[in-house]
Amino acid sequence: MAQDETGRDLERHERFRGEYPIVVEGLTNRFGDQVVHQDLDLKVRRGEILGVVGGSGTGKSVLMRSIIGLQTPAEGEIEVFGRSVVGTDPEDDIGIRNRWGVLFQGGALFSTLTVGENVEVPLKQFYPDIEPKLRHEIARYKTILSGLPEEAVSKYPSELSGGMKKRAGLARALALDPELLFLDEPTAGLDPIGAAAFDNLTRALKETLGLTVFLITHDLDTLHEICDRVAVIADKKVIAVDTVPNLMELDHPWIQEYFNGPRGRAALTAQALDELRKHMDKPLAANVVKALDKPPAGKA
Amino acid sequence: MGGFAEYELVEESDGGNVLVLSGPYLVSTIGPVDGDLCTLEGQIQKIDLSGVSEIDTVGAWVACSISRQFDAEIIGASERAERLIGALKDTTSEEEISAPRLPVWKRVPGAIGEKLYNARSGMYGVIGFLGALLLSVGSLLRHPKRFRWLALVRQLELVGVSALPIIGLMSFLIGIVIAQQGAVQLAQFGAETLTVNLVGRITLRELGVLMTAIMVAGRSGSAFAAQIGTMRLTEEVDAMQTIGISPMEALVVPRIMAAVLMMPLLGFYSAGVAIVGGAVVGQFMLGIPFWTFLTRIQDVVPLYDLWVGLLKAPVFGLIVALAGCYHGMQVKGNSEEVGLRTTMAVVTGIFAVIVIDAFFAVFFTEIGWG
Repeated sequence: MAQDETGRDLERHERFRGEYPIVVEGLTNRFGDQVVHQDLDLKVRRGEILGVVGGSGTGKSVLMRSIIGLQTPAEGEIEVFGRSVVGTDPEDDIGIRNRWGVLFQGGALFSTLTVGENVEVPLKQFYPDIEPKLRHEIARYKTILSGLPEEAVSKYPSELSGGMKKRAGLARALALDPELLFLDEPTAGLDPIGAAAFDNLTRALKETLGLTVFLITHDLDTLHEICDRVAVIADKKVIAVDTVPNLMELDHPWIQEYFNGPRGRAALTAQALDELRKHMDKPLAANVVKALDKPPAGKA
Repeated sequence: MGGFAEYELVEESDGGNVLVLSGPYLVSTIGPVDGDLCTLEGQIQKIDLSGVSEIDTVGAWVACSISRQFDAEIIGASERAERLIGALKDTTSEEEISAPRLPVWKRVPGAIGEKLYNARSGMYGVIGFLGALLLSVGSLLRHPKRFRWLALVRQLELVGVSALPIIGLMSFLIGIVIAQQGAVQLAQFGAETLTVNLVGRITLRELGVLMTAIMVAGRSGSAFAAQIGTMRLTEEVDAMQTIGISPMEALVVPRIMAAVLMMPLLGFYSAGVAIVGGAVVGQFMLGIPFWTFLTRIQDVVPLYDLWVGLLKAPVFGLIVALAGCYHGMQVKGNSEEVGLRTTMAVVTGIFAVIVIDAFFAVFFTEIGWG
């Protein structure tokens, strides 16, 4: 890697220009005799929000952990930003690891540090030459950018609610202005209002910062609202990657049950209602919304 | 590509100053120029970003804060730069990053007061817990069918049987140390043979039981606190209660009984192994044959020394197990609490054992078992 005289590598600040920031080929993961993934392929397009769904225990989190290097796969090749991350020396990953941010399920905030100090940790680790004053400023604006009130900067994780912890985790994930963001069930355990707000935040950040988002979720509303494409994991493979409407056409029992089950249909209706509300000035649409909002008389 | 973040202050023909930024303005490149940019002086009317090749929120933030400081206009921003600057406009804040800390002269008395207050409420808690324990033992005596024999046997194994190797090794080494060090001192009076008295009396009366209690506090007291604490976190204890099982009967009574029953056995075992350790030293260093050492023990150790040890042991077992179970049941909130309570269980258990041991020492001497 080319380096200047101060030892900083020069390639680091070049944004990824290729089409697929994440390429997974022939991935196999095993725990003892239990095979989690068998010959799994997945490509994530630059600038998209890719939702990853699958039943419990199908290895969604294991896939994410394989990509970010926390789980060494039994076989297969994983490339992030065009560079292999399997079996490489952790020292060599350094040009990759500061270009992604990860939000773990529980937030995984360091409990002995305040939110602001949590955001500063990756900055201190990778860019110690940034002046403390600017570093504090960065910590503050990232916290606010993640939708937290400014007082939250000096609070400890134990003083935050579940939703605020997730936002604080997001602020830390965004600390280094990553190009790639991994979110593991970001809306799990949030109330519907908080979940919707988090979805909007994810979308807004993706558009403003030009992120590529790898999003594991069970939340059908999230899939309908913000995901550009959805990858379905079943039978130890990614069986389909497509937009939600296209996936619903597919004739796979799990996909059908997932998207066309009662909850899937409810999420779809909710989204359709939202679309209609945007055109409320049209009298017909208003009537349709009114009619759909009222529960059927018989069921009540 | 690559390169460095650079800046230049250009004076325009109309007298205004333009700050021209060029190169990548990213979190990875901002370090070297940030310090200089902070100390800019004079008047700046415009900030020209047209030479900036790459920008992220950090670069945009720096441009933003300079523009705010000098009331300058940002020109030549790319579409991405404008988007980022737009997003950062309303994110200024003066909030401190670190949590506020009280000055020392307030913090220290505060901490002491809190400790004292907690100690008082802790005392109430322990006494209440002991009362609840006695009540459930009483109700178990009236309904012996409810007693959980299986749990008791399991705990007897965990507290007693599986502790044998480590307690044996510890006691053997302690016996060796006492005999060897004692012999060195006694040799000054030409009384090496009294080493037998020293080892026999001190292990049976004091050290066997005391060291065992400390070991049981470390092994089992901590395990009790951690197990029960984790069960509280996962709401298993609450689930038990709703099903109608008393956690006192199901969790606490078997553990405390196991410790009370096992401590005398372990204490006696420990003393025995320590005497064997002393006898080994006698054989190889003092010229007292191994079997002679053991038979001499019968002559020089009064029987009441054995009783002193055996009477203290169940009390120590009760204290250690009570501390473990009490702190386990106090866990609430998060997993950090489990670690905290486990530490407290071990520390208070050992401390209480040593305090009670001092009382016992005085008591037994006063009744003539000196």
